[in-house]
Amino acid sequence: MSGHAAAVVAVSAVAVATTVAGTFGLRRARTTSDFYVAARAVTPRWNAAAIGGEYLSAASYLGIAGLILAYGFDVLWYPVGYTAGYLVLLALVAAPLRRSGAYTLPDFAEIRLGSVVVRRAASVLVVLIGWLYLVPQLQGAGLTLATQTGAPHWAGGLIVCAVVISAVAAGGMRSITFAQALQFWLKFLAMLIPALVLLFVWQHRGDSLDRGYPTASARTVVTIANDTSVRAPVTETLTVRGHVDGRTVDGPVRLAAGTHSVGAHSTVVLRRGDVIPVVADLPDQRTGSWLQPLGSGKDHPLYASLSLILAICLGTMGLPHVLVRFYTNPDGRDTRRTTFVVIVLLSAFYLLPTVFGAFGRRYVPDLLLTGNTDATVLLLPERMIAGEAGVLLSALVTAGAFAAFLSTASGLTVSVAGVLSQDVLRPARDRHRAQRIRSFRLGAIAAIGVPYLLSLPSQHLGLAAVVGLAFAVAAATFCPLLVLGIWWRRLTDAGALTGLVAGGALATAAVLTTMIADVDTGWLGALLQQPAAWAVPLTFAVMIAVSLATRSRMHGDVGRIMVRLHAPEALTAELRVGLPGDRSSPVRDRSSRQGDRPTTQEPHPATTDA
Amino acid sequence: MTTGPVKRVRITHPRTEAARRAPARTPSREIDEQTELGEIYMRSLIRSQRRLALAVCGAIGVVLAGIALAGAAFPRFGTSRLLGLPLPWVLLGVLVYPVLIALAAYAVRQSERNERAFTDLVRRR
Repeated sequence: MSGHAAAVVAVSAVAVATTVAGTFGLRRARTTSDFYVAARAVTPRWNAAAIGGEYLSAASYLGIAGLILAYGFDVLWYPVGYTAGYLVLLALVAAPLRRSGAYTLPDFAEIRLGSVVVRRAASVLVVLIGWLYLVPQLQGAGLTLATQTGAPHWAGGLIVCAVVISAVAAGGMRSITFAQALQFWLKFLAMLIPALVLLFVWQHRGDSLDRGYPTASARTVVTIANDTSVRAPVTETLTVRGHVDGRTVDGPVRLAAGTHSVGAHSTVVLRRGDVIPVVADLPDQRTGSWLQPLGSGKDHPLYASLSLILAICLGTMGLPHVLVRFYTNPDGRDTRRTTFVVIVLLSAFYLLPTVFGAFGRRYVPDLLLTGNTDATVLLLPERMIAGEAGVLLSALVTAGAFAAFLSTASGLTVSVAGVLSQDVLRPARDRHRAQRIRSFRLGAIAAIGVPYLLSLPSQHLGLAAVVGLAFAVAAATFCPLLVLGIWWRRLTDAGALTGLVAGGALATAAVLTTMIADVDTGWLGALLQQPAAWAVPLTFAVMIAVSLATRSRMHGDVGRIMVRLHAPEALTAELRVGLPGDRSSPVRDRSSRQGDRPTTQEPHPATTDA
Repeated sequence: MTTGPVKRVRITHPRTEAARRAPARTPSREIDEQTELGEIYMRSLIRSQRRLALAVCGAIGVVLAGIALAGAAFPRFGTSRLLGLPLPWVLLGVLVYPVLIALAAYAVRQSERNERAFTDLVRRR
């Protein structure tokens, strides 16, 4: 079986399995609450795997290894931050947020502050962060399909859109819980098995990473897609067919150390031991410095590391798809336990991208020449292992990558669609249920269609880096809202609104500047690329200052809300913690669930104890 | 008809309204009715949970910022090795995860303990 055919089979299998799981759930999706939060009856183990499945995105699966190959040690902060972010979430918001009974982040804002305006602001931010996070998923899908099967770049994203829309619109959240729990294990095994094989092969060969510039490990032919500017770290002679520095060449070319331009469609033949020229966007440091902390070759690396840690640790709680998933826990105590299991699962998974990244430096360094480092994980198995075994492992990795795009994209689509259908398409509360579900489906199409269009123009920033920007916006907006909303009673609607607007506007401006203009040097570049370190404290300060200045606007019912957020479940029967018009106090939750589902039905696999 | 000394009986007004004890005001009722006492109960719970949350976040900050600053402050940290692998990679690639898991276990156990203490306090009549 050729590599292309194996990859096509792998991608189709994952797509079909997801669609089947979606249809399987369809029969159970009877009520609106089934659609949004799986009727809150998913057990912690299923839920933890589903959270992990949804969270491990293209950035975790492909992006981290690619960034490690290019930048080295400093990238390890990404996986550590992704895990530590859940710990912060566990400590600060998990249980109270679940107890608040809100379905979405805007719901929380409205319940806590009693303000429709704050709700609207939160809705806009959910859509913004969701789209910012979806674009790299769809780009990752395009890249994977193009690398593995030679399909055009738009095709992968389109497949993801089609599968997600059919699964989400058909089954809502319930079917996704089941599918995503499976996808976690698929992703984990699809990285674990190749990683173990690669470690074994590496041990067997007795290879090691030398400390000089990365060199080709075997003869490799590299095709340059577009006009590129590359830097040769040392003077050497390479075989090039195409254009170099404006001259047409076909044969050995002497490249002096320094910057050269290579024309589109040129092919470069690297022999074993040739030092790899590096695309101008990436640093061309020696492996000795690559191994060191702060050796990434960027300006102000210490600031960048600390700000990145802050963004990821605090941004996790503000990601729309993460929070929706927490509402599927039965109560606050279970939410904490689920989060603990999630941290264990993530810790196990995040050991693996490091292995791929470090091997990538040794076996696929030619990616530095094209700048296409996100393909590291996809190319490694075939490069290190010849024959059928390499093809099969590569197909497995491709399947895992598609599971990553599908699960994260469907989770985000559900959250963004929920917000769009509630706050933009806005069906009246008393409208017929069928109409509400129809508006949810319309919302789903808009939720993933727009980022698909945005993902089409090829922008090269690295999957994990774009996702990092989504984290920064979330950290600068929802983190202060949630933390202050839960732990500080004097937060007012005016304070929350000014904070959201200020933090959201500044962080978004920084993100857009980084993506559009190429400001990547000096302090200005460092501050814009990693806005969290200044934007998060600023938002906190604005929210606190404005809240203190508008003390009279404090929510009248804040005492009761605090009881509801913090009182343990054991006491909910004694305390009347529900609010008037509440649709989700824990006690009523259970009875209504039994009410609207025929008792003869078998429970969904995702809702019973395995 | 009986004769003999009649036993003297003392008759008093029962004064029921004053004598009967007011219905027990349980802590949960105080909380429910948003009285000042109820507020004090809730504030004590929130304070203990907040202290726990900040302690856990502080510990994460110390661990992560510590590793980041160690790289900047001690150049030798970057070049030392553990089991044949570079020490910073072992630390940040592997060893930091058990620390995070231990902190998570501590956070779950401790916050459930805080809640149990609060439940016992409120249930005590």
